[in-house]
Amino acid sequence: MQLSLARQFKKPWMKTALQDKFIHGFFFFNGMLSVVILLGIFTLLLFTSFPAFNEINPIAFLTGMEWNPTSYVKEVYGIVPMLVSTFMVTLGALAIAIPLGIGTAAYLSDVASPRVREIAKPTVEILAGIPSVVIGFLGIVLVGPIIAKVFRIPNGLNAVNGSVLLAVMALPTIVSISEDALSNVPHSYNQASLALGASKWQTVVRVKIPAALSGIIAACMLGMGRAIGETMTVLMATGCAPAMPESFLGPVRTLTSSIAIELGEVAYNTTHYYALFALGLVLFVITFIINMASDIILHKFEQVNR
Amino acid sequence: MKKKDFHQMLGFVFLRACIGVVLFALAGILWDIFSKGFMVISWEFLTSMPKDGMTKGGIFPAIVGTFFVTLITAFLSIPLGMGCAIYLNEYSKKGKITRLIRMSIRNLSGVPSIVYGLFGVVLFVQMMQLDTSILSAGLTLGLMTLPWTITASEEALKSVPQSYRDGALALGATKWQSIRTNVLPYAVSGMLTGTILGLSRAAGETAPILFTGAAFYLPFLPKSLSDQFMALPYHLYIMSTQHHAIAKVRPIAYGTALVLIVLVFCMNFIAIITRYKLRKVRME
Amino acid sequence: MNKVIRTLVLGLALIWPAHGQAAEMLQIKGSDTLINLVQKLAEEYMTENPGAQIAVTGGGSGTGIAALINKKCDIANSSRQMKSKEVDAALKNGVEVKRVIIAIDGLGVITNPRNPVTRLSVDEIGAIFRGEITNWKDIGGNDGPITLYGRQSNSGTFAFFQDSVLKADYSQKMNHMNGNAQIVEAVKQDVSGIGYVGVGYVKDAEGLTVLKVAAKSGGDYASPLNAMDVKSGKYPLARPLNQYVSGSVQGDVKKFLEYELSSRGQQIVEEEGFFPISSEYKDYNKKAGL
Repeated sequence: MQLSLARQFKKPWMKTALQDKFIHGFFFFNGMLSVVILLGIFTLLLFTSFPAFNEINPIAFLTGMEWNPTSYVKEVYGIVPMLVSTFMVTLGALAIAIPLGIGTAAYLSDVASPRVREIAKPTVEILAGIPSVVIGFLGIVLVGPIIAKVFRIPNGLNAVNGSVLLAVMALPTIVSISEDALSNVPHSYNQASLALGASKWQTVVRVKIPAALSGIIAACMLGMGRAIGETMTVLMATGCAPAMPESFLGPVRTLTSSIAIELGEVAYNTTHYYALFALGLVLFVITFIINMASDIILHKFEQVNR
Repeated sequence: MKKKDFHQMLGFVFLRACIGVVLFALAGILWDIFSKGFMVISWEFLTSMPKDGMTKGGIFPAIVGTFFVTLITAFLSIPLGMGCAIYLNEYSKKGKITRLIRMSIRNLSGVPSIVYGLFGVVLFVQMMQLDTSILSAGLTLGLMTLPWTITASEEALKSVPQSYRDGALALGATKWQSIRTNVLPYAVSGMLTGTILGLSRAAGETAPILFTGAAFYLPFLPKSLSDQFMALPYHLYIMSTQHHAIAKVRPIAYGTALVLIVLVFCMNFIAIITRYKLRKVRME
Repeated sequence: MNKVIRTLVLGLALIWPAHGQAAEMLQIKGSDTLINLVQKLAEEYMTENPGAQIAVTGGGSGTGIAALINKKCDIANSSRQMKSKEVDAALKNGVEVKRVIIAIDGLGVITNPRNPVTRLSVDEIGAIFRGEITNWKDIGGNDGPITLYGRQSNSGTFAFFQDSVLKADYSQKMNHMNGNAQIVEAVKQDVSGIGYVGVGYVKDAEGLTVLKVAAKSGGDYASPLNAMDVKSGKYPLARPLNQYVSGSVQGDVKKFLEYELSSRGQQIVEEEGFFPISSEYKDYNKKAGL
């Protein structure tokens, strides 16, 4: 094999260092593409939402308590109800997914035998592969009726339903990253703790989890980002009433479902159209901040363990 | 029993309960879909067009539509993803620019799917005048899949031993030559099968195609890239929310969900098995 | 790897050459109230005219009108009339809209069969949906909260109901369902529910009460299931179901519209639970050239 390779390398057209530099540049541009795309999404959102603010007061937009762009009386574009809705289902989802997720991660890293782990870990990842529309569908046909029966309300399409479904979607992220963080805790910590007489459980709770804390927090933040950005699941299972939500047992309408509902009905290039892009911009900024925060936390974690 | 052993027993019960709940939820989901969708599946269901206002017949156009859209997604995200991974793994050095690229990739994977849909509407449907079509939807999904293909490709590249590269360079090859002959041939199959994971996500996504090309009902199969199309995830969505006889078509919805899950799982399975094999090779 | 590339290219080749053939298909979009009916009409039309291609999709009247304005469809189904803002936006985009009426709908107000209330006046219904009356006992029912089920803002039914019954904004507590069918499902399961749907969705009226409605309290109560009451105007919530087209009515569009208005077409309209157009609407359609 060596001989033919050397012969190949001697072919004249392949030899130029200039050609190689050109290819390097080509790949460099390819690499920068992700930066370009991210910037592109941000700028496009910015520029397409800009015209909305010709007619809408930005302060009223961010603090208005009512969203009614097709009102009979006067169009209002306040996003607070949607922010509250998004916040509610996300909080509800995390309340379920964080304890469950960290517990599962701790199980996988410290309790399960290696053979069980080899089966259980991919199984949890299968959960991540289920499309969001299928989860939303189950919210309508399976979870909704159960919620209606348990809470004795006529309709199971509400924030509780959304929280349960979003917890299912955020779980794999939280489990996977937390489990990685727990596994990366140096074995010496484990051994030292056990040598001092601590039980395995005490080691997990008082040594490993605190040591892996930044990774776990980052995992939860990424799970939160996932829940905030989810569209189909909440669109199908949370009732979508635009009013300010009153309780977890009532309908909510998140930022994502508002966009999905209303984008199909607007004529291009009207104020309502631009306003929907403003919603998209708000979403982008929120998820961007969460991602950056979890990045910073993870980075701090890398420095601590060096 | 000592107090700490008692606590440990309780604690481990809790942890076991956690995994139990998670596995129970997964089992519940799969059981519901499989048991209620199974009876609808037949060769006819998979290969015939919807009839009678979509209350009868099959979901063939949705399967075809999903297939074509995923094809376009692959065409965009695989080369670009592989190229970016090659840059990151072979060419880049630790520095601010590399950190910037990696940060962008992480952020891109966190952008909500509906925001990709918005982006697709402005860029592909309007600005590039591609109209609502397989092309627009496929390109939008392609962008969304990029972070996955980059990650998967990088893993495949990492699994090629450094000695392969060094060997070629020692023989006088340029950097690109060494990549082309000593890295890519061994990494490519891993890259491709890894990107299937991303494609399986794309096949199951609804929000990005809602406004870039998916259609409620088309009596004919799409004939060109500029046609609208039906798609499995969108079909499930409308069968369960917007159809005019929801209760009647519930079985069809279950069938669609089942087909979608089976499709996604098959693709996932292939990707996971390959990734597993790659990791084993790397560790040796 | 070559095999993979070959398959990908082959797959692409399957759909590439026929670029541009999409133009022949007739695109109809819009009202959820109309979709059942127009799909049926399209199916029959395509059986009688092989070679004809019609795609009917929903999304609500607002979606159809937006699509017509954006030049994305040939016919917009609408269960309401276009607003002047929309006509202006269309003109700005170079689209001159023409309106054709293809059927008459009686907007039904539905409640759960276990609810003792079986008739209301338009004012009472308006007050309920505006959120002014919130308990069933205030209008002769049992003590209990009223749960509102309505459509989303892209629905023509939403707009029509608002214009003719509420004359104000809906209660913010109303559940916005995705379509007529979802409202029917919801009210069937909810004793406290009340909703509004196109009469075509309640022609069987299984598991539902279709309220009798009077124009004024104490007046004559009429039901949308009674053809005579709807045609004579005794039922106060009757409305025309429209299709909007762009420019002059010609070619494939004209042929399909003529089919819808033919005796066979109007027979299908009745079979689907709606009512054939009256003579005054027939005259109106003549203005569009039909």
